[in-house]
Amino acid sequence: MEKVIAGKTIHVNDEGFMTDFKEWDNTVGEALATENEISLTPRHWEVLGYLQTEYKNEVPLSIRKIGKSGVVDIKEFYALFPKAPLKTATKIAGIPKPASCI
Amino acid sequence: MKHLVILGAGTAGTMMANHLSHHLKRPDWRISIIDEKTEHHYQPGYLFLPFDIYEPEDIVKSIDEFIPKTVDLIQGSIEKVVPEENKVLMADGNVFVYDIMIVATGAKIAPEETTGMKGSEWHHSVFDFYTFEGALNLRNKLRDWQGGKLVIHITEMPIKCPVAPLEFAFLADSYFKHKHMRDKVEITYVTPLSGAFTKPKATATLEHLLEEKHIQIESDFAIEQVDNENKKIIDYGGREIPFDLLVTVPTNKGDALMERSGMGDDLNYVPTHKATLQSKNYQNVFVLGDASNIPASKAGSVAHFEAEILTENILRYVKGEPLKEEFDGHANCFIETGGGKALLIDFNYTHEPVEGTFPFPGLGPLRLMKESRMNHMGKLAFRWVYWHMLLKGTHIPFVSATMSEKGKHYDTATTH
Repeated sequence: MEKVIAGKTIHVNDEGFMTDFKEWDNTVGEALATENEISLTPRHWEVLGYLQTEYKNEVPLSIRKIGKSGVVDIKEFYALFPKAPLKTATKIAGIPKPASCI
Repeated sequence: MKHLVILGAGTAGTMMANHLSHHLKRPDWRISIIDEKTEHHYQPGYLFLPFDIYEPEDIVKSIDEFIPKTVDLIQGSIEKVVPEENKVLMADGNVFVYDIMIVATGAKIAPEETTGMKGSEWHHSVFDFYTFEGALNLRNKLRDWQGGKLVIHITEMPIKCPVAPLEFAFLADSYFKHKHMRDKVEITYVTPLSGAFTKPKATATLEHLLEEKHIQIESDFAIEQVDNENKKIIDYGGREIPFDLLVTVPTNKGDALMERSGMGDDLNYVPTHKATLQSKNYQNVFVLGDASNIPASKAGSVAHFEAEILTENILRYVKGEPLKEEFDGHANCFIETGGGKALLIDFNYTHEPVEGTFPFPGLGPLRLMKESRMNHMGKLAFRWVYWHMLLKGTHIPFVSATMSEKGKHYDTATTH
């Protein structure tokens, strides 16, 4: 479905995850963060950048991998994106929700 | 004489030994299967042991009973595999050189990955049911437990049989009802996922069942530690869930042998091509069952479907023909829902479980994603099928290795 945010039209799935990363930019990221009640600090941006790089390299994301990445530890990841950090952070980063396997 | 070596005589390895013994014969081929264990366990039975539905003897048989006579069963532990040299080094100093190796070393629980999990309460008020010992100790605990807070918990994905903890919750509800003490037990289901299951349609169905059975769900819970003293689990965000009895599924990992041999990823799973089942790093190494890193369920049904396709691919490899990219992630799982009923789900890499009929489109007799007594009978019958057909590599009639879309009620766009 289509959604208008920060004056732009983006495509999202029924859980609100963007389906086309090319539509993402920093202002979309800011607006998605506000929707999730997070105000982005430089630390947030660093983590978002890391997640986007991993996504582009087709590395499957998991809490465990992020904890071992050296970019952020799990405690801080939770502090930055409370409750469900992986879900919230990937949503703001404009990338698909990690499949977390099956 | 060429040599094919299978590592692991569990579900997947045993099936491959049976399949291949019909095709790769002496004097051209020797097939060996290596395992240090002497018992073969029907792992789906671990779910029923705690509730006194199965007895230990229903679950345990001798490993050699299922290995064909033409295959050499080598019972010993492996020190290391050196895939660059096509060698398996045994702990007793023996060395096996192979032309083809099949890795079927499975996955096991690693409670030591979580702080405090294997602490003072381990197997006192903190239990797993993914090992024979855990399931048996839990049975003894449940027999005279007086009630309180029962917390059923998944540490992190992926785990073997991702529906098992849900089945445990449903069976616990049933068990305490039968004991006339359901009102004394508060059941909470704690998961790192954002819902009851990994696929949307099945999640909706399963969450409805949880609600119906008054089982609370706590989602998005990434555990940091088990607090043994105060009997609670705490997540990285500081969320605390108290328990009187914790039934946890610890982190699952591939065999430590894969780590020692430098063949595994960060959870010791072997990087594997998801459609051909060939190892990504070594052409003459193939991987099936729980040992691989493919994004399919870690379940016996998956290993069964993989075995049919892998057999064909190994024969192609032997002849120097290109491998078939045929495995589609097909899984077929019964989900016990308590009260003598079960659900059935059938899905693959791209198609999530939906409602419908199985295996005959429009007829059934099994219903997909709907509770029924017939599905429960199917689950119980499966133990017989496992010992008598599955391990022997006999094709299960009407159930193909790749998933059929017939008889399933998909929306127009269903791929996930």
